[in-house]
Amino acid sequence: MTQITLIEAIRRGMDEEMARDPRVFLTGEDVGVRGGVFRATQGLFEKYGPDRVIDSPLAELSIVAVGIGAALAELRPICEIQFADFIHPAFNQIVSEAARFYYRTSGAWRVPLVIRAPYGGGVSGGLYHSQSVEAFYAHVPGLKVVIPSTPYDAKGLLKSAVRDPNPVLFFEPKKGYRAIKGDVPDADSPEGDYTVPIGQARVAREGRDLSVYAYGMMAHYSEKAAEIVAREDGIDVEVIDLRTLLPLDKAAVLASVRKTGKALIVYEDNLTMGFGAEIAALIADEAFDSLDGPIRRLAGPDVPGVPYAHTLQEFYMPNPHTIAAAMRDLAAY
Amino acid sequence: MTTDALVRASSRLGEQTLLSIYWTMLLSRRLDERAWALHRQGKIHFHISAMGQEAAQVGAAFAIQRGVDYVNPYYRDLALSIAIGITPFDIMMSLFAKQGEYSSGGRQMPAHFNSRRLNLVGGSSVVATQVPQTAGLAFAIKYRQKTGLADPADATQPRVALTCLGEGSTSQGEWHEGMNWAGVHRLPMICLVQNNAYAISVPVDSQMAVANVADRAAGYGIPGVVVDGNDVLAVYDAVREAVERAYAGEGATLIEAKTYRLTPHSSDDDDRSYRTREEVELWKGRDPIPRFRQYLQAEGILSPEQAEAYERRARVEVDSAQAAAEAAPDPSPEEALGAVYAPAEGGS
Ligand SMILES: Cc1ncc(C[n+]2csc(CCOP(=O)(O)OP(=O)(O)O)c2C)c(N)n1
Ligand SMILES: [Mg+2]
Repeated sequence: MTQITLIEAIRRGMDEEMARDPRVFLTGEDVGVRGGVFRATQGLFEKYGPDRVIDSPLAELSIVAVGIGAALAELRPICEIQFADFIHPAFNQIVSEAARFYYRTSGAWRVPLVIRAPYGGGVSGGLYHSQSVEAFYAHVPGLKVVIPSTPYDAKGLLKSAVRDPNPVLFFEPKKGYRAIKGDVPDADSPEGDYTVPIGQARVAREGRDLSVYAYGMMAHYSEKAAEIVAREDGIDVEVIDLRTLLPLDKAAVLASVRKTGKALIVYEDNLTMGFGAEIAALIADEAFDSLDGPIRRLAGPDVPGVPYAHTLQEFYMPNPHTIAAAMRDLAAY
Repeated sequence: MTTDALVRASSRLGEQTLLSIYWTMLLSRRLDERAWALHRQGKIHFHISAMGQEAAQVGAAFAIQRGVDYVNPYYRDLALSIAIGITPFDIMMSLFAKQGEYSSGGRQMPAHFNSRRLNLVGGSSVVATQVPQTAGLAFAIKYRQKTGLADPADATQPRVALTCLGEGSTSQGEWHEGMNWAGVHRLPMICLVQNNAYAISVPVDSQMAVANVADRAAGYGIPGVVVDGNDVLAVYDAVREAVERAYAGEGATLIEAKTYRLTPHSSDDDDRSYRTREEVELWKGRDPIPRFRQYLQAEGILSPEQAEAYERRARVEVDSAQAAAEAAPDPSPEEALGAVYAPAEGGS
């Protein structure tokens, strides 16, 4: 075991999959000699060469479309979108094409494609370097949407994504790239080639009083908030790190709220029609009898993006203290 | 350039191949006509036609390794798909949307030609999306060759990726981005633009400020070729040259086949609002099928009796395909579910 950062775990995941399978290649903007603007692909160009680590033209739709074509030809592309904010030009290719190939050809053609993108705010990125885009894609059958929050999960889920025969959107909480550290088995250890299955949530912290559902940076913050309210208020919070939004681990969502009777969903996307709405609907529909209080959502305000100035950004983003306040409020209901 | 290179590639086609080209165009036409009749009879919901564009499509198909090289077609590529190996029965099953219909199990509208076995990629209805994907298919061909996963001389493996679309669809950014990849990475790709002068009702000069789509090839650093799309052998020659370049690692080609659709855009369209009957009649006089028949007859390759025999055979094939498809069951309702996600592979 070694403590590594989230981004190092992602880099190792790619490295190990490239070493394992010659069909795996990387493309995206600046992924070559520069090693990616966040350094996720650092060293891979030197190790695997220009045939397998390819600087794409500055054009997102074709980064994805070329990935789709290569995946149809049974290569295993990993496409990097520099910031999730810039994935929108590829929406057509992701939603109309990648997601639908298998269904529309009744299983004849599949698209084993991974699209990686750093997402999320709190990094002084303003409207166009802070977005959370998961809700758009979690709405689309045929896609898988994965968001890790720990180095262990990031590496294990990325390896599962590369081996998955379907298009997987892999959104990385970029604020946690270097801030989040954790233990990851060394590659040459017996458990070095572990994978984490797509479609399974993780109980990040067990508790009795209320359930918090979160992913990405907000899972990390929710754990911190749970520690605060445990220490200061004696509230025992269960934190569920969803890890995969699509397909959603409904059993894990329901099991927790059936135990605690209360549910808070935390996400940094703006509130309305965000992923929290789906969790709330699921619980209302299938665990209504277990509820001892309203289903609450804590999310960004309904403005068109995360604003830039320090004070505005802090106001926008949920943080461990605002999450702790929401926990106290719900616990007291 | 040697004298040999000046000889048209089509001049080396044997009589059997020439007759096979003719037969494919004819079969597509008779099938297409039947589809329009079925629509008028209220038996099918929708048809979109290749009539008038058979030379562009069949000429291109015969220039590649059919069933091996990748083809990413568009909705008008009926004749191309027949040339690749899709059967009249397949097409009839799609028109009637019957259970197990070959392209999608009845999920897609007709004209979404597809066969995994024949490397014919089942597209969407969103125009031009197939172009950057075809760059990806071509990228994969080159990747396998460069990384030693495939032998460039192995003709059992795909060595070129061909895609088609209409001239109006080249206004999409998708087209531009796909062509740009093809140029930057010198991909073994051919983009065949079937310029039939209209995108539904909109004429070419409302789509682009250049005289030819092929003129834009310069912007991608690849050759652009204009060809008479109603001359099947001219199309064959142009595409064959592009195929040779792709096989030799010399990169992509943009080919623009000037042609005309002889029918409204689709069974939902009425073309009288945007083009004159005189114009349509003029192009009926340039119909590529009689034109090729006359050529074959003048060359002594096709006798009038043989031509008549082909007609009879086409009628029988279309009749029996229709009868079999009409008799086939509809999909069962719950087939709307299924095949959303591909299952995980055993092992890795
Ligand atoms: C992105 C998109 N926009 C609009 C349409 C509707 N549409 C289908 S075909 C077509 C015209 C296409 O014209 P062209 O590319 O010239 O091909 P042609 O049909 O003439 O062969 C339009 C507007 C579509 N399918 N996809
Ligand atoms: Mg057109």
